[in-house]
Amino acid sequence: MQHRILMASTGLAALAFALPAAAQTTLTIESWRSDDIATWQETIIPAFEAAHPDISINFSPTAPTEYNSALGAKLDAGTAGDLIACRPFDASLALFERGQLADLSDLEGMDNFSAVARTAWATDDGSQTFCVPMASVLHGFMYNETAFEELGITPPTTEEEFFAALDTIQEDGTYIPMAMGTLEQWEAATMGYQNIGPAYWRGEEGREALIAGTEKLTDPEWVRPFEALARWRDYLGDGFEAQSYADSQNLFTLGRAAIYPAGSWEIAIFESQADFPIKAFAPPVVEAGGTCYVSDHPDIGMGLNAASPNAEAARTFLAWVASPEFAALYANAAPGFFPLIDQPVELENELAREIVAWRESCEPTIRSTYQILSRGTPNLENETWTASANVVNGTETPQAAAERLQQGLDSWYTPGSAPNAADAAQ
Amino acid sequence: MTDRPIARRRWHIAVFLAPALLVYTVVMIVPLFQTLALGLENVRDGATRFVGLDNFRVLFGDPRWSAGFWNAFQNNLVFFAFHMLVQNPIGIALAALLTVPRLRGVALYRTALFLPTILSFVIVGFIWRLLLSPLWGVAPSVLDAVGLRFLFAPWLGQEGSALIAVSLVSVWQFVGIPMILIYAALITIPSEITEAAECDGITGFKQFFKIKLPLILPTIGLVSILTFVANFNAFDIVYVMQGALGGPNGSTDILGTYLYRTFFGFQLQSGDRHMGAAVATAMFLFILVGVSFYLFVIQRRMRRYQM
Repeated sequence: MQHRILMASTGLAALAFALPAAAQTTLTIESWRSDDIATWQETIIPAFEAAHPDISINFSPTAPTEYNSALGAKLDAGTAGDLIACRPFDASLALFERGQLADLSDLEGMDNFSAVARTAWATDDGSQTFCVPMASVLHGFMYNETAFEELGITPPTTEEEFFAALDTIQEDGTYIPMAMGTLEQWEAATMGYQNIGPAYWRGEEGREALIAGTEKLTDPEWVRPFEALARWRDYLGDGFEAQSYADSQNLFTLGRAAIYPAGSWEIAIFESQADFPIKAFAPPVVEAGGTCYVSDHPDIGMGLNAASPNAEAARTFLAWVASPEFAALYANAAPGFFPLIDQPVELENELAREIVAWRESCEPTIRSTYQILSRGTPNLENETWTASANVVNGTETPQAAAERLQQGLDSWYTPGSAPNAADAAQ
Repeated sequence: MTDRPIARRRWHIAVFLAPALLVYTVVMIVPLFQTLALGLENVRDGATRFVGLDNFRVLFGDPRWSAGFWNAFQNNLVFFAFHMLVQNPIGIALAALLTVPRLRGVALYRTALFLPTILSFVIVGFIWRLLLSPLWGVAPSVLDAVGLRFLFAPWLGQEGSALIAVSLVSVWQFVGIPMILIYAALITIPSEITEAAECDGITGFKQFFKIKLPLILPTIGLVSILTFVANFNAFDIVYVMQGALGGPNGSTDILGTYLYRTFFGFQLQSGDRHMGAAVATAMFLFILVGVSFYLFVIQRRMRRYQM
């Protein structure tokens, strides 16, 4: 009964929308990126609608923190939009396994993306892809160029040079060497551990070995990033334990701190706030001459609601999202969200260009805890937040933190048999 | 013959109770039982099954869950202890001061002290985070001005002090509640009693402890039980000030934040509504036990005086 009323009212609503322009299909996009409203309304949607006058697009975002639960409820009730912005890894995989996202493996343009680019929105074995990869974020360090010039520091490339640079800033005393706090815990993990870590665990090689169980979090290559992180403590500002993410951002943009462990999404906001030139350097390599690794983390994709009545039009739109044209539009409208497409994309923002160039000079990898390893309890990602913050605060030794993480992982994860994502997300 | 008028008389009670009962049943009682039922089910092999008390066995016994749960419970006890030992005594003291007969500006003090209570948690949390911030905070600069800067520490960021700091912020916000309730009780004490006491030479502190305090004990009991229920349901202040993980290192994680993470999920952790319902049920039981203990053990022994 309820279903019938719902169908009838949806039908009526659809009719009401359809009447003014009978031939037009309206597609609704669900997203958590409310910051992107202007980008979509002013740039992306007009560009698409100009090429496809028979399809109109309606961008309807939800607040980021509510997105997962709101989307789940809407999908269950059958009221979700046609196009779904996909969170990376398990959140979307669970929707796919429950049949709520359509399989897009054969979508036109999907071959523009490498297997690594698709990892975040593919089944564990990589055989099916269910979202078009839209953008990723890179990690590295941003610095105050004026400060570096004053102190005669060149951007460090090795771990040794990195700490030498921090020492120089420390001795001079004008600037806080590095702006990072541990109050919200995630910065220590995301901007710290996942930023410098790949250099030690050799990027994808180590990440895959961890999933396969041939490496453990207690192995030296996984403990050493914690040891490096523990050394950061001396270079952070006074009272960093109670310094929030916004505090760190302000310290840097006000010119009080020289180095900022960053995510590329901060480009636009930093450039609008800081009155000094900002440059960036890639995560330092462990030893001179070694390969450098950079965390190139898939952040947002676009999928198709399996129950959408406008699947045909939606696939047309998704094929366009998979095209170089969309990649260029989005990457330039939201600097710091880098396209995952295999083809060259011209970026206008200089800092964004500098950062994205690391993909060529370094080996890209994704965050170690995101695929498979955070499906159980205790949750490895959340635990890594706490552990990283503890290590920086000096309340837990790197070795103890690593042991605790591995113990937690061992309690539910058997290498080789990944638990079902849909089960974990019930 | 005599039965019918009585039956007719009782009908209207049901009629007048019905709307409230109906609404209460729909929005409170049914969801409560649904939550209890949800806590007895879990997903096994892809299907939702009845698992009895298995979720509770996992929650209380499996180290993967119980460590976090008992940690949250313990923090909750500390949180409650701070309210009982700091908030309520201060509330009583303030109420006692407000009833001092020659005090001027009572209305102003009363309003000022009660004001934080009506502020949003989000605002209170945000303001106190700023006040205590080591970078731009008032606390470090004020201490610096009086040469006590060495006493300042990033209190919200240290395991030893974070829970205390958050508890005290909550105390600051809610001290108005016990104050106003006890103030209301104090002003109902007939002046004949205090005058009689004064005739016997019992004044000041002695009068308060010997005469007034015994008279307001039932109100203090009520305040305590309200504090208990509010503290074991608390969530917002920790969420706003320390995030959903209750950092640093779980030192401010209370049952509310633990429930939030379990039920709704957090970051990469997916929400688990069955385990979440089990946590909610456990919280409900704690509160039930606490309230029952108060009602059956303490309140029955409490003496009431005719005033």
